Amino acid sequence: MIPGRRPRSDAGAPVTADPPADGVKGDGMNAPLDRLAERFAALLPPGGVITDPVRLATYECDGLTTHRASPGVVVLPESAEHVAAIVRACVEENVPYVARGSGTGLSGGALPRTDGVLIVTARMRRILEIDLPNQRAVVEPGVINLDVTRAVRANGYYFAPDPSSQQICSVGGNVAENSGGAHCLKYGFTAHHVLSCEVVTPDGDVVELGSGPGYDLLGVFVGAEGTLGITTKITVKLTRVPETVQTLLAAFPSIETGGTAVSKIIGMGVVPAAIEMMDALAIEAAEAAVNCGYPADAGAVLVVELDGPEAEVAHQFAAVERLCREAGAFEVRVAADDAERALIWKGRKSAFAAVGRISPAYLVQDGVIPRTALPEVLASIDALSAASGVRVANVFHAGDGNLHPLVLFDDAVEGAADRAEDVSGKILDLCVEHGGSITGEHGVGVDKARYMPRMFTDTDLDTMQMVRCGFDPAGLCNPGKIFPTPRLCGEVPGVRKGPHPLVAQGKAELF
Amino acid sequence: MTPLDALARACADVRPAEPEEGVLGVAPRFVAAPASPDEAAAVLTAAAEHGLAVVPRGGETRLDWGLPPRRCDLLIDTTRLSRVVEHAAGDLVVKAEAGVALDDLAGVLAERGQRLALDAPLPGSTVGGTLATGAAGPLRLLYGAPRDLVIGLTIVRADGRIARSGGKVVKNVAGYDLGRLFAGSYGTLGLIVDATFRLHPVPETRAFVTRTYTAPKDAHDAVQAVLHCPAYAAGLEVTSGPGAAVRVAVLLEGVADGVPARAALVAGLLGDGAIGAEPPPGWGAYPDGTTLVETSVPPGSLPELLTAVPDASLAWSASGHGHAGLPAGTTPEQAAAALAALRRVGGAVVRYAPQDVRAALDVWGPVPGIALMRRVKDQFDPQHRLSPGRFAGGI
Ligand SMILES: Cc1cc2nc3c(=O)[nH]c(=O)nc-3n(C[C@H](O)[C@H](O)[C@H](O)COP(=O)(O)OP(=O)(O)OC[C@H]3O[C@@H](n4cnc5c(N)ncnc54)[C@H](O)[C@@H]3O)c2cc1C
Repeated sequence: MIPGRRPRSDAGAPVTADPPADGVKGDGMNAPLDRLAERFAALLPPGGVITDPVRLATYECDGLTTHRASPGVVVLPESAEHVAAIVRACVEENVPYVARGSGTGLSGGALPRTDGVLIVTARMRRILEIDLPNQRAVVEPGVINLDVTRAVRANGYYFAPDPSSQQICSVGGNVAENSGGAHCLKYGFTAHHVLSCEVVTPDGDVVELGSGPGYDLLGVFVGAEGTLGITTKITVKLTRVPETVQTLLAAFPSIETGGTAVSKIIGMGVVPAAIEMMDALAIEAAEAAVNCGYPADAGAVLVVELDGPEAEVAHQFAAVERLCREAGAFEVRVAADDAERALIWKGRKSAFAAVGRISPAYLVQDGVIPRTALPEVLASIDALSAASGVRVANVFHAGDGNLHPLVLFDDAVEGAADRAEDVSGKILDLCVEHGGSITGEHGVGVDKARYMPRMFTDTDLDTMQMVRCGFDPAGLCNPGKIFPTPRLCGEVPGVRKGPHPLVAQGKAELF
Repeated sequence: MTPLDALARACADVRPAEPEEGVLGVAPRFVAAPASPDEAAAVLTAAAEHGLAVVPRGGETRLDWGLPPRRCDLLIDTTRLSRVVEHAAGDLVVKAEAGVALDDLAGVLAERGQRLALDAPLPGSTVGGTLATGAAGPLRLLYGAPRDLVIGLTIVRADGRIARSGGKVVKNVAGYDLGRLFAGSYGTLGLIVDATFRLHPVPETRAFVTRTYTAPKDAHDAVQAVLHCPAYAAGLEVTSGPGAAVRVAVLLEGVADGVPARAALVAGLLGDGAIGAEPPPGWGAYPDGTTLVETSVPPGSLPELLTAVPDASLAWSASGHGHAGLPAGTTPEQAAAALAALRRVGGAVVRYAPQDVRAALDVWGPVPGIALMRRVKDQFDPQHRLSPGRFAGGI
């Protein structure tokens, strides 16, 4: 299930930041790639190297289908040693490389390079260790998010990050994107659930980040979108399954009244596991697609889930129900069991795909605003939509102000995609103006790199890239992502081979 | 222009340092106390022009942590960076300057029923110092450490430029997360001038359940029972000392209707634990002793930790992090042996120690990824002027 269709008007769009350096792959002219393919074939078990153009095409985009590039070579390593050898070979040949998990990313983070190597983790899917006394598991990067939970649920545990794509996305991809999910309001993001990562650095060394003292390199690696190295082993935290879960669906006459309820709930000091909101257009789409039976005529619906100890949840749930009614909910449905809970979530979870029922194509945004700005920003989005004639359906993680506006357009109509793109960009401007972010969970990738300067100054971006220069001075590891302009790492005066001059002169000791 | 003149131009509050203002015995030449991020930037620009080595100082509660700086020309006192810039209560977010004391911040937040969910065992410690040392206590089990709570950061770089990362929304993946990188970086990458944190509501009520055990194995079993039960503890601390019994204490937070039942559940699991409304003595405090070692030991290895060093006082949180204190009079040899014993169980980093003891110890121990760390340091501080030598691997 991939949201969005490839807008026709974008069909010939350039897809890589830089054109291939020498020759185009596939015509046998690219000597470095040919040499690499040979080396990889010797290194990997049968089937581990893909060079056939038809099969390469499978990998030309991730979940964001508007950006495409056929990879030079695809490799399917089976171990950290394989990955390290591949990276070292790429470094020797000065060829860029990109990691790919399940390819569900929504910002083009795994967009390959035509002049480079795509390293796919699909053959690294072992759960290596489950350690319940320490509430952790060790997994390879290609392991599917939900499979971690499946492996430990019988013991009363689960892996908390729950992106909607959790049936297919990989833990390595989660780490790279610092993925969240509906329940990250209470439980946090991937960064809060990863204890350490074994990483193949852009030098081809294997190091364990997060396992000792010193800089929190793990902290910056998580969410770096695969630009600081490739993780080959991940130690994740396992979370105790809550004693009870309660879910309600509240229907409001308008987005504003729904927004008021959200503010009241948070203001009361409750941290629900999830608070999700959908507007009328999104409800219409979900209804058309899955017959979720949400109350008719609702201007907005709110899905609120509380979990935790029984007595705690019972008390807070009563308060949430009351606050919803006070804010103007005209109907509140409480799930009596798991089946009813699934029904409530069905509409929400199908919202993205469902939009296909009411529009030939759409763009998804992922902006964030302070949740108190919800009513104002939603009104502005409405105004934008009215003024431009571009319809926008709103689905969002209301609890943490993460909007997923779906900007609808007909790709058969000339100029429609551009108008949608324009509205999309203006929505991100609104988010930034209100002190928010251009991306809450999908990442910057190639897609939003050009919006980064709206949020950050040149110095801010330069400073972030100092980290990148530390990890990957050659700039071969997933280049062209996140940052609109790469920083030249240059000659670093501080990089020394010998002892510090002061130490050498006897003026200082190292410790 | 002399360095002092240049600094005085940059900042209204600059003076020669007093001899007793040394950082672990290394006396600075000057002290500057900027009162705004811009002033701080001007100070660091002047320091860069004059090649001054800089050490930031907050509430001085952890200035004696880590190693002495190789050089220290200029102390940057952050206590005039004292504004709570914005408390967006509806968004459960606060932005505070580096010099704000955590206790003062707590007072401001409490007015709106909120808190920064970090333990503050040392009165007077500041936002900047807490972040720079990554200090956390038992609440880490549920709420995490500074790295998990910081959502936005403003720093002044070694070259005097101001850089921001993150923002003021909790959910945000735009760009690298420098907040996490700076957490625990001991002033070696840049000067933290302000930070934005996610907040939590002050719970309606809380309860502590405690019980002591003579056998480490029994304490371990109790801890396992609590961790695997659905009581949803906010903190779990195990303390022990030479000749003393092992105490397990569990903190439960929540609504008045819910906490008593959860406390009763935990009391049962501990085997007749005592339930109280107030923290037991020493809750969240660093253990006694003149040498403090920070340990990282997962729950499964608790029995080994409890028996590793008979002379040590221990405080261990179920997040896997804790501290060991060695008594006054511990010889350098004994301290080295204790450190080695702790490192057989998990990670152990010396935070503070008497000078003769410290000199005999490998303070940081093994540092996986040190080569990358050096390269990151070289990018941020190519001349090695920011707290040089204070950090792991001599960084
Ligand atoms: C229907 C749908 C719903 C979604 N819902 C959510 C949601 O609710 N929340 C959310 O946060 N996201 C969501 N996403 C986005 C996406 O699923 C996540 O970003 C996911 O974590 C990506 O995982 P992946 O394995 O598909 O990674 P890929 O798309 O393959 O790669 C993503 C990035 O990770 C890098 N990468 C992959 N593996 C590694 C590795 N081993 N080491 C280093 N870098 C690596 C890639 O280079 C790339 O930059 C959704 C996507 C879809 C299609």
